[in-house]
Amino acid sequence: MSIEAQTLHRETFILNLGPQHPATHGVLRIKLTLDGEYIEDAEPVIGYGHRMHEKMGENRTYAKFLPNTGRMDYVAAMFNTHGYVCAVERLAGITVPERAEFIRVITAELNRVASHLLWVGAFLIDLGGFTPLLYTFDDREQILDLLEAVTGARLTFCYYRFGGVCNDIDDDFIAGTRKFIAHLRSRMPMYHALITKNIIFRRRCEGIGPISAENCRKYGATGPVIRGSGVAYDVRKAEPYSIYPRLDFNVPVYGQGDCMARYLVRMDEIVESLRIVEQALDRLPGGPVMAEKVPRILKPPKGDCYFNVESARGSFGVRVVSDGTDKAYRMKLRSPCFSNLSLFQECSRGMLLADALALLGTLDLVIPDIDR
Amino acid sequence: MWNYLKEIFSGGYSLLVGMWITLRHTFRRPVTVQYPYESLKMPARYRGHIQLVFDAATGQPKCVACMACARACPSNCISLEGHKPEGATRRVVSKYTLDFTSCSLCGLCVESCSFDALEFSKDYNLAATKKDEYVMDLMKQAQGKQEK
Amino acid sequence: MSLSHEFIMGLVRLTLYVVGLIAFAAFNAAYLSLCERKVPAWFQLRYGPKEVGPFGLLQPVADGVKLLTKQLLVQKGSDVLLFKLAPVMVITPAIMCLAVIPFSETLGARNINLGLLAIFSFSAIHVLGTMLGGWASYNKYASIAAARVVAQNIAYEIPLLLVIVALVMVTRTFNLHEIVAQQAGAFWHWNIFRLQASPLMPLAFLIFFTCMLAESNRAPFDMIEAESELVAGAFTEYSGMGFGLFFIAEYANIVVGCSLATVLFLGGWHCPFGLLPGLHWFMIKMYVLCFAVIWVRWSFPRTQFYGLLNLSWKFLIPLAFVHLMLTAVMLKLA
Repeated sequence: MSIEAQTLHRETFILNLGPQHPATHGVLRIKLTLDGEYIEDAEPVIGYGHRMHEKMGENRTYAKFLPNTGRMDYVAAMFNTHGYVCAVERLAGITVPERAEFIRVITAELNRVASHLLWVGAFLIDLGGFTPLLYTFDDREQILDLLEAVTGARLTFCYYRFGGVCNDIDDDFIAGTRKFIAHLRSRMPMYHALITKNIIFRRRCEGIGPISAENCRKYGATGPVIRGSGVAYDVRKAEPYSIYPRLDFNVPVYGQGDCMARYLVRMDEIVESLRIVEQALDRLPGGPVMAEKVPRILKPPKGDCYFNVESARGSFGVRVVSDGTDKAYRMKLRSPCFSNLSLFQECSRGMLLADALALLGTLDLVIPDIDR
Repeated sequence: MWNYLKEIFSGGYSLLVGMWITLRHTFRRPVTVQYPYESLKMPARYRGHIQLVFDAATGQPKCVACMACARACPSNCISLEGHKPEGATRRVVSKYTLDFTSCSLCGLCVESCSFDALEFSKDYNLAATKKDEYVMDLMKQAQGKQEK
Repeated sequence: MSLSHEFIMGLVRLTLYVVGLIAFAAFNAAYLSLCERKVPAWFQLRYGPKEVGPFGLLQPVADGVKLLTKQLLVQKGSDVLLFKLAPVMVITPAIMCLAVIPFSETLGARNINLGLLAIFSFSAIHVLGTMLGGWASYNKYASIAAARVVAQNIAYEIPLLLVIVALVMVTRTFNLHEIVAQQAGAFWHWNIFRLQASPLMPLAFLIFFTCMLAESNRAPFDMIEAESELVAGAFTEYSGMGFGLFFIAEYANIVVGCSLATVLFLGGWHCPFGLLPGLHWFMIKMYVLCFAVIWVRWSFPRTQFYGLLNLSWKFLIPLAFVHLMLTAVMLKLA
């Protein structure tokens, strides 16, 4: 180090970003050490929305934990419930009727589209563009209308049950979904023209906030974050579950690792999810939607089971340890947002405040999912 | 130099396209539902708070106070009492209270009922100024509705 | 001592002009803020405010009453004098700029020879006001915004002035009234289409418009507000009418900028087809530009701070220089 650099007076200050800040989308707090507008250190402080979901899972019967699962990642509630019911089903040895599996995939993928649409809008808000949010919400509302007609709720669906789903889908839903798929496909070019091709948006995203595949692995990042860094890891392909192996879909991967790559991964996933829904609707078999003879009070045999699903934000895992009683002995929930946030501290070092907030936006954080 | 110019032109063009898209949306009908003046019809499966189902023949609640719903509730927000009148073949419910403040609208109570005695209300205008108003006496509420 | 008749009349006229200009600025701020809510509502498939008055036309009144009844909070630790002075320093120059703008051939508060210079010297003050407000707030977000506003305005003042210098070389006067008078006739006489003076004139207008957006801190260059980064930037700590004055000043600056663009490039009060020149043509042109300002804001995301500076230093300033040189060469040849 030269003499000038040593004697040069450098002053940093601490900026408390959050818990109430427009860019943190909830009660996330980031303690930033700033040198001017450059970030020297960013320490995420979490736990403002902690509700002890894991402990609650150990204190109530298996069925009573079902409503909790929708309240962790409330933007994509289907996946949490999916992971949980699959874990318990595997533990208790329940086979799910085929129609129920198809319905699960259809509703889950619709939920993924809704979640990504919300993300696109919210990300543009982070970048200061307001109008795309209203357009994506317009489309997202149509998905929520469809799901509400089937599940009875718009956000915390609580739709899956051990051994199936609680309501069968009807012809209105199938027709409405097909109509929606055509509608959203016709809207995608508009989104690309309004957002993707926009020069300001490209300048804000291309080359900004690079995350290396190495860093993703180090912090356990999954979902669109790791796929934007060039790693083709998708639970639906890596550890296939439900009927995914029977469906034909691609896993979009972009190698640049910047904000643009993560954005494009999500935009492509919307299209892929629509393909999945279409195929599942085409092949939808008849039959019951609930397995027979699922006891009202479930008492899985002693055992230990971990089940992984690909949520809209990454790999969501549930570990259930049963001691043979009607309550789980241990419940561990692996939320994708927690791991995705962990890399923020390292990756944001040396970035400008505005760029770091763009990076934070592309991690697609849902704060209650981090805190659980 | 050529790339620089190309970037500027394509960038400027992209901005024009963006403005054209927003302008085009001006001529589409607004999607807003003017809530207090118009409201949406709730779908058949909409999960509101629960209410008791009455037997059309007898005018009495179908509930037999078997407590299955109270046991199924994850938040313990249902409390009910029942008794067996003399000479009757089944129990009848005498008091049914729902503490809506802790209800998470999961619907497990309705599913647990073997007598189809519970259903979801389609009522969603549930703002109140006092917490007490959310401790609902479903018997009273249902009778009030029947009288209407 | 007897006051002469002319002196009294002069005083009355002065009062009328001052009141009129303040009223004009306030009225525009009120109804442009309504437009700012209605126009994006159309873009975004919504209705916008529609409850207060017919079509929500009384919404600005409700907003004004709300702002007036709020307490002006001053944070502990802030520089009280500067904190309270800053909104005044922002709004006064904006209104003073309006004084030299010729709205029509006969309507204009002051017709001074150096009108153009007066506008640029006044409009530079509001940067100082914003900076002081941000700095005096004793808030980290506001301090960052205060630092940003200086860098941004310095960067955009240069291409703006270069374009103006080229224009003045063509018109040979600083008098706004005369500049408009030179553009009499149909639209090909307007400065924006004076291709014989410099073929880059339409581009110069675009540079002017971009710089005006940046100078009045409008999206996509709203670095000092940047609500998703800096909460409310320099205005974070302001409440009540303190914030209200900044708000009025923002719209007054837009009006000044759009009026100036109309006067300098779009032929002021002249009709595009040479019919019925007058105040109405000036107003139509100005409000179309105001609509464009709002339209731009609601179509694009915000630029990043360095991207903003790069746009000015690497693109607008070189282009403005080319335009200046070209104008000089063309003048020499002509």
